[in-house]
Amino acid sequence: MRSGAVSTTPGPPAADLTDLAELAERVRPVTLSREQRLPVLPALQDLVPGAGLRRGGTVAVSGEGGVGGATSLALALVAEASRAGSWVAAVGLPSLGLVAADELGVALERLVLVAAPEREAWGSVAAALVDGFDCLVLSAERGVRPGDARRLVARARERGAVLVQVGGGWPERADVDLRITRSRWEGIEAGHGHLQARKVRVVQSGRGEAARPRRVDLWLPGPAGEVEVVAAPSPVPAPASSPPRPRRDRPLRAVS
Amino acid sequence: MRMLVVHCLDWPIVAAGVPLDVPAAVFHANRVVASSPAARAEGVVAHQRRREAQGRCSSLVVLAHDPARDARAFEPVAAALDAVTPRVELATPGQVAFPTRGPSRFFGGDEALAARTRSAVVAALAGVGDGEGWSSPPVHVGVADGAFAAGLAAQVALGGRGEEVRVVPPGGSAAFLAPLPLATLGQPDLVDVLGRLGLRTLGDLAGLPGPDVLARFGALGREVWRLARGLDPRPPALAEPPPDLTVSVELDPPADTVAPAAFLARGLAEELHQRLWARGSACTRVVIGAETEHGEHLERVWRSEGALTAPAIADRLRWQLDGWLQGSARHRPTAGISRLWLAPDEVLPAGGRQLGFWGSDAATSDRASRAVARVQGLLGTGSVAVPEWRGSRDPATQIALVEAEAVDLTADRPGAGRARVASPWPGRLPIPSPARVHAEPVAADVVDAAGRAVRVSGRGELSSPPARMSVGGGPWVEVVAWAGPWPLEERWWDGATARRRARLQIVPADGPARLLVLEHGRWHVTATYD
Repeated sequence: MRSGAVSTTPGPPAADLTDLAELAERVRPVTLSREQRLPVLPALQDLVPGAGLRRGGTVAVSGEGGVGGATSLALALVAEASRAGSWVAAVGLPSLGLVAADELGVALERLVLVAAPEREAWGSVAAALVDGFDCLVLSAERGVRPGDARRLVARARERGAVLVQVGGGWPERADVDLRITRSRWEGIEAGHGHLQARKVRVVQSGRGEAARPRRVDLWLPGPAGEVEVVAAPSPVPAPASSPPRPRRDRPLRAVS
Repeated sequence: MRMLVVHCLDWPIVAAGVPLDVPAAVFHANRVVASSPAARAEGVVAHQRRREAQGRCSSLVVLAHDPARDARAFEPVAAALDAVTPRVELATPGQVAFPTRGPSRFFGGDEALAARTRSAVVAALAGVGDGEGWSSPPVHVGVADGAFAAGLAAQVALGGRGEEVRVVPPGGSAAFLAPLPLATLGQPDLVDVLGRLGLRTLGDLAGLPGPDVLARFGALGREVWRLARGLDPRPPALAEPPPDLTVSVELDPPADTVAPAAFLARGLAEELHQRLWARGSACTRVVIGAETEHGEHLERVWRSEGALTAPAIADRLRWQLDGWLQGSARHRPTAGISRLWLAPDEVLPAGGRQLGFWGSDAATSDRASRAVARVQGLLGTGSVAVPEWRGSRDPATQIALVEAEAVDLTADRPGAGRARVASPWPGRLPIPSPARVHAEPVAADVVDAAGRAVRVSGRGELSSPPARMSVGGGPWVEVVAWAGPWPLEERWWDGATARRRARLQIVPADGPARLLVLEHGRWHVTATYD
């Protein structure tokens, strides 16, 4: 059979292969432009391809069928980059909860809020912001013309800015699409406790390097106020964690 | 090098067309950057906040900081000096300098040159003032060894002794500078340290051994030490730049307005900066040149105390274009500009810039504040806001939004840090906070299983457990869980501002969790845990 013939063909000697790999490693540029990424929180690294927000890329965040959590997830996505020194502009989000932004880790000293522009001015405002900001959190609630959106995406790609779109109504398809399909609050019952922690299921789809769908369960936020992963992403079965070994608080003691 | 400095007092005020006997001040990022003599008499000084300045002088005319306007108005003055010397250097609009060696010999000595320069400038200023409300500013001239000493000589000439010209004899700069205070160096941080070491005047600093100053305060220390001794800030071993560093751009069609030319200016400045950077150099003096369709050559030198960055070069290029193209008809070129070039005039090794260890890069905040300025231009100044912490119990007022116009985005803003709020504010909502806080609360209805409206009693108890809710007249949804009510009674001692509220967290079967507030018997959704 053909496939059998191919498999028996002797390949180049192993030593040559390693030499070649070494050479390829040496002549490789340090970073390719498409590999430049803004950092994300450790818990979100499984959610976005390459464990970071690709510069020039777009991410759409939405809740499926009225499920909450999209705004929190968008804030959590830009939090680490903002802490690392990137400026973030929020456009057309007059109801953004700034205390929540601070709790999720966004550096408020590098956050700027821009009032929702008119449909006509939207394109030029967003273009001006792309020049100066690394991350743009956008809402299309008041409507965005498809041409404006296309131009903005092209400009962001050129300038290396990241666009995070919150909610629906966006005319262009994003590179990475994050949908929250399930959300459950913990710590609150009928008349007891208070909202403490939220478990959400995020389904990621998209195109290019994000084409392989993934599903991640997140604490947004967890009981300690941090964003954490509840379980490993589903295509890879979660490794059975060994039960924690009992800690010895006292030193060993000789017995008879 | 022996220099002559012409200083026009309060130029930003004069350029704005406000007479100097009217109290006026120019503000940038809510702080005074320049004030008129009338305003100073009322106690308005530089770095004051606007509110404080207006408190001291209620009739204060508030002017916006506009370097382009200042430069535009100053261009005729710089052009007038072309009759005295082939090359003038602009430091800032309002102050111009040139080396005296050639012109001084031509006109017969420093005094003669200074007098001639002054009369040329005064004549030019009189020509500018054809509009209403124009008042010619006092013009002062200083001549000394080194630009720093000459600049101070011009300012000392201002110092109320009625002199208009001050010539420091050759070699006398150090003695002239010695009694002046250290604050004239314009390095507040360093001057503060030196002050605490017991150094008060430039003479005190100049008396220290140079190597010790260098060892203790580094390159900046050496620079101010050299200035205090009446020397040029850097040793004059500056390499002549090779000609290939000149960058130029053709404008087709020729530009007779500023906008298209200024658009290209940015790229040109970037290119020059890149070329210098590639050689490990930076420039402190740049020649801006232009050629018009009719073959006219325009050229102007701009100087800066430190190395010019790419945006700084672009700014100066834009100001200069403004000056050329929007000046009065007499000074304007007769045709559109067809070619622009930039040539570095004084090149020095780039000292490099120490980036913040944790990525706090000044360049990114510069970029952001530029973008913010553009958006303000498009949407109005109130359209861009930045968050600042305030103490409060309410998620909506815990952080206030401050207009970006009122703050300097490139500086540290302690107000944006949580540490700003020191008091505990008991009665705050437990964390996590809602990710959406509605600017306009949405009316809502909450009912129990029997369909009766849920109320909160005077003792802070619910009349019955909530079973269903409806937001903004929408469909009824089942209530899965709730917490509260948490009563809140604020400012009960003041009848006008007293508020009684009760807050309730509700998780509906469908949709995000909500924060509901009952006030005056009505439920409102004030925030959503989105």
